[in-house]
Amino acid sequence: MGEEEVVQKRQKAVVLVLRAAALLATAAATIVMALNKETRTFVVATVGTTPVTASITAKFQQTPANVFFVIANAMASNHNLMMIGSDLFGIDYRGFKLPLVAILDMLNAALLSAGVHGAAFMAQLAKNGNSHARWNEICDKFQGYCNRGGIAILASYVGLLVTLGITVVSIVKLLKPKPQPQPLASEIEVP
Amino acid sequence: MAMSQRATVILATRLIALIATLIAAVVMASSHEKGTIFGAISYEAKYSDTPAFKYFVIANVVVTIYGFLVLFLPSESQLWRLVLVFDLVLTMLLVSSISAALAIAQVGKKGNSHAGWLPVCNQIPKYCSQTTAALVAGFVGLVVYFLLVCYSIHRDLDPFLVRKN
Repeated sequence: MGEEEVVQKRQKAVVLVLRAAALLATAAATIVMALNKETRTFVVATVGTTPVTASITAKFQQTPANVFFVIANAMASNHNLMMIGSDLFGIDYRGFKLPLVAILDMLNAALLSAGVHGAAFMAQLAKNGNSHARWNEICDKFQGYCNRGGIAILASYVGLLVTLGITVVSIVKLLKPKPQPQPLASEIEVP
Repeated sequence: MAMSQRATVILATRLIALIATLIAAVVMASSHEKGTIFGAISYEAKYSDTPAFKYFVIANVVVTIYGFLVLFLPSESQLWRLVLVFDLVLTMLLVSSISAALAIAQVGKKGNSHAGWLPVCNQIPKYCSQTTAALVAGFVGLVVYFLLVCYSIHRDLDPFLVRKN
């Protein structure tokens, strides 16, 4: 009985560490992408001898895929935070906790996957442009914006991998056979 | 519900998912149209112009082949647990492919004035409508696969502790 408890404690510690890693990764991705902003001034025309400048700002709100990326990563970090909280403070759902956690982890993984892929393909479009649609690349002008966006997407990919690991662990826990409830000695009727 | 009725319903659901992903892959891959800019320069729009649409086609082809192979699994085999795992992974793949293709399609339809990207759907309306149809079919396939995953978890892992043994 003592060894089983040690194994369970170790499993709980592993899951807690994985959740903390996922929380850190997705929170970093959210913050870096949400604060992503760069302003550049360009010389547009020259009137006589004075150059006419225009300043253009690149913000993450201008691309719907990046907005979805920020929202998806924020929801994923929130989910991980709630799960860490409920693991540490031991809220009991009367046996429904394990399937709830597994299903929520699955939904989390799918949401995170959608967010990161939309932003990743938009980043590829911004970096390479698309000659067929006559869309120019913008990363040569806004290098800081593109670098920060790339870092956010990378952090989110790491969070996605860790979230997949957590989902696997949750489902494996569901696959274990459940212990049979032993009848109490006082409930056994003696014929 | 009797066992054979349930099996028939599951078979029908998998068939619907297979058809949806097949339609998505085929319609997206066969969409091409010749358009002209300002009446002078002509170009042809294909699905392979954008890596996002290529990813969408590849993901849906993979899921179609898997869905076709799963139909032949006998219902008593132990491999249905592996099918649950594969369903999960492929649902995530479908979600990511739709998100990527939708992001690029939104730029194509509305443009992005901040980046100087003009919408191209006015010059190639037939290509745009075919791509939209493929995305809708992919979305239907995703929803059906998600329902299949939920049902597989309910049957194999028994999360609500319905069974007494």
